[in-house]
Amino acid sequence: MTTIQPNIGVEYAENATIVSFTDEKILEEKDINSLQESIMSVIDQAERINLILDFRNVKFLSSAVLGLLIRISKRIYEHNGRLRLCNIDSKIYEIFKITRLTKTFDIYRDVKSATKDLAEVN
Amino acid sequence: MTSKTPGNYSITVESKPSAIAGVFEQIQSKLVNNNFGKDDIFAIHLTLEEAFLNAVKHGNKMDPSKKVKVEYSVDEDKVEILITDQGPGFKPEAVEDPRFGENLFKPGGRGLLLMNSYMDMVKYNPEGNSVHMIRYKEKPYLTKSKDQKK
Repeated sequence: MTTIQPNIGVEYAENATIVSFTDEKILEEKDINSLQESIMSVIDQAERINLILDFRNVKFLSSAVLGLLIRISKRIYEHNGRLRLCNIDSKIYEIFKITRLTKTFDIYRDVKSATKDLAEVN
Repeated sequence: MTSKTPGNYSITVESKPSAIAGVFEQIQSKLVNNNFGKDDIFAIHLTLEEAFLNAVKHGNKMDPSKKVKVEYSVDEDKVEILITDQGPGFKPEAVEDPRFGENLFKPGGRGLLLMNSYMDMVKYNPEGNSVHMIRYKEKPYLTKSKDQKK
């Protein structure tokens, strides 16, 4: 896995790029801006990306991160790619439910099930 | 300001997003001392972050010369927080619901919804630059010690 400063790990599977957040808390605007820059760069480097965002390490986030996810999803769809989220902690999943973002994002239990889904739709 | 002040503790901090971290640490220690559970602490932390960021960003417009005042009280049943900025205020009823239509795809506008969802009471003063919030402890009876139950 390649670690990109700040705060993400990138792994390449057969049919997907897996970006994992390494921080437990994602709050600060400067960190969110850095995450955006790093993830957008990963998206832009691929021609048509299947991106899995892995939240396994994340235990706390603010609504600003939801905004980041919306911006990421727009960029991916502009590139005709696909986005999947996975390993979301139950308390954070509640935030997705409250904001109805469970209707917007495809959320999977783990990387394996997200990868399997992407293999099936390809 | 018409909101009843929660009293007990009052902190005035710099108007920058990172300033809330120290305030939360103080509140968290009192929540733990009063046997608030993990769900309560998560909810209060999230609400505090959202309300404080609104005060800094939308209230004080990131003006470093301005301040944010946080007043709070914690007892064995509830936490009460009042956050006041030095901005002109806003009308919370004018903020669109982020859950429907095109708003679902907009990056912003979810902070107020989360505050309203995680707190039992969220009330603004008429000027709209001060928010008063209350959360009652989740399952208070179960988190009390055996002696307290008697």
